[in-house]
Amino acid sequence: MTAAIELMDVRKAFGPTPIIRGVSLTIEAGSRQALIGPNGAGKSTLFNLITGKYPVSAGRIRLKGEDVTGRRPHEINRRGLSRSFQVTNIFPWLSVFENVRCSLLWPLGYGYSFWHRVDAAREARERTERVLEQLNLAGRRHLPAGVLSYAEQRALEIGITIAGGADVILLDEPTSGMSRSETEQVVQLIRQVTVGKTLLMVEHDMSVVFDLADRIAVLVYGQIIAHDAPERIRANAAVQEAYLGLPQDGGGQAPALR
Amino acid sequence: MSLPAAARSLDVTAAGRAGWLRRYALWLGAAALLMALPHVVRTSAAIPVMNQMGIAIVFALSYNMLLGQGGMLSFGHAVYFGLGGFVAAHVLNLAGRGVVWVPVPLLPLVGGLGGLGFAVLYGSFSTRRAGTVFAMISLGVGEMMAASSLIFDKFFGGEEGITANRTKAPLLLGLSFSTDRQVYYLIAFWVLVAAALMYAFSRTPVGRLANAVRDNPERAEFVGYSAPLVRFVSFCAAGFFAGVAGGLFAVNYEILTAANMGLAASGAVLLMTYIGGIGSFVGPVLGAILFTFLQSMLSDYTGIWLLYLGLLFLATVLFVPMGLAGVLMMHAPAWRAGRVAHLVPAYVAVALAALVAVAGVVGLLEMIHFLVTAPAAAATKRLFWTTIAVRTPVPWLAFTALAVAGALAARRVGPRAAAALAQASRPPAS
Repeated sequence: MTAAIELMDVRKAFGPTPIIRGVSLTIEAGSRQALIGPNGAGKSTLFNLITGKYPVSAGRIRLKGEDVTGRRPHEINRRGLSRSFQVTNIFPWLSVFENVRCSLLWPLGYGYSFWHRVDAAREARERTERVLEQLNLAGRRHLPAGVLSYAEQRALEIGITIAGGADVILLDEPTSGMSRSETEQVVQLIRQVTVGKTLLMVEHDMSVVFDLADRIAVLVYGQIIAHDAPERIRANAAVQEAYLGLPQDGGGQAPALR
Repeated sequence: MSLPAAARSLDVTAAGRAGWLRRYALWLGAAALLMALPHVVRTSAAIPVMNQMGIAIVFALSYNMLLGQGGMLSFGHAVYFGLGGFVAAHVLNLAGRGVVWVPVPLLPLVGGLGGLGFAVLYGSFSTRRAGTVFAMISLGVGEMMAASSLIFDKFFGGEEGITANRTKAPLLLGLSFSTDRQVYYLIAFWVLVAAALMYAFSRTPVGRLANAVRDNPERAEFVGYSAPLVRFVSFCAAGFFAGVAGGLFAVNYEILTAANMGLAASGAVLLMTYIGGIGSFVGPVLGAILFTFLQSMLSDYTGIWLLYLGLLFLATVLFVPMGLAGVLMMHAPAWRAGRVAHLVPAYVAVALAALVAVAGVVGLLEMIHFLVTAPAAAATKRLFWTTIAVRTPVPWLAFTALAVAGALAARRVGPRAAAALAQASRPPAS
């Protein structure tokens, strides 16, 4: 099995403070995986290293076998990796339609063209329409994205992430701040749009994690302490300890991991 | 194909044709208007003002490619206007001496290429960052060019600037440009072409991405685009069209000086663009027309017209940051609902209050200006069609009272006008 993402002893320090302290992790192509860990463990930082937002302090990162260490975000994106953000990160003054279409222009080969009329780009329009249908946002297409409700903006965020057809998808807390029913819808959406793709997501909602993930990586203080199937993670003593702050005393399961 | 489907597809083609007409109706209308204007406005003094407006329209539209479309606040956009103008003036002189064959109608293109060349040069480093850093660099480049104008005497012509003579250039299709009216048609042509191209640019992939980068450069990076490169492309396009405006300036005035690319010129284009409204394509056009109109009218009446333009800018920033075009757009729902007439009473009240306040402020400013500049023996001034004894307290009290009363009245009627607009903007009951 080829690896979608390979981290080799990746380290990141901000000034004297080490945040990521040597992470080696392999995410197999076609799997759905979750990255969990207590607050401040470095999950978002790890995402920012993988996607090129921050340069690594040490270590190598490979995307689908190619070394992308030190590449800029747009270069990594062009190689088929797309991400969403923990804090909603959309184009607030562009219309909902335009938000999605902008994420399609590079994959469709328009580049920095100033000789194409974007409204004449039929495939971009049709694919945008399809994504908006999937997101249930077709009726909102003309609104500036900034006026959408929170849950709609989160859905749009996922739409921008997946529209371009990237085959490695990183989602940073896609359900944060959502109600139960909204969460269920988003889980449904994620399941739909990641068929046949590689998914790595940071998520705090354990029901979402156990629902979606084939494998779970646990990050604690900048190190991966476990990377395994959900059932074995649930039973892992080190994980229990990290989550509850106490040593495991028996066969009972930690409530946080149910 | 079933019958309803066939009917639908017919509808689609009909809509397509109507869409074509609708898409170009505005441009055709603008072209017709530009052709008709010199015949409608018959005063000969109007032609030079309209020429100036045309140049300002192209310049302001190019500036909005940076500010409105690309989110780049530049304090040095006149650099590309001026350099384009200088290049065009030099080429015009060369053409007059028969060194190169460039007829007058093509000079704006030469100016554009000049502006583009320098935009490529300075944009290569200034567009790496947006926001404050970009604004600071634009200011620095402007200052650098001001200094350069003293150093590179040959190119900038020192204090006298570079003069040219458009009647000596070779003719294209026998067109000569000896009168302002002839130049008017040349400017009108280029205004239309440049505006259409700039609009088209905003509808291209990189034009859309310019908006995206303005909104959120980080996100743009994560959908595959380098934010600095997108800014750079916009910057070059803006430099090109500023250069076109500079080329038109060279043709129209036949002289360029270092002041044309100075900080004041950069400030003027910022003012007119902002007053017109940076949020829509047509905003800078309105701003350029209004600004040029006020500039040429006010300067006939008062020595402190620049102060009034500054106050207008301040008022725009404070009260209507969306600009003139934004205010007009706010009325679109009321217009569609057919309730614009309902607004008249409230708007008349606001206009009256504002007029009183403005009269008071203008009176005070003019009297201060008089005290500062008039000879000590002078005691009266003509203002508002009367003679005012400036050195007595009565007019001071009167104008202060007007200003205060107008401002207070505006504060009372302003919210009512806003409420009336909200009322009129509700969707029509169906």
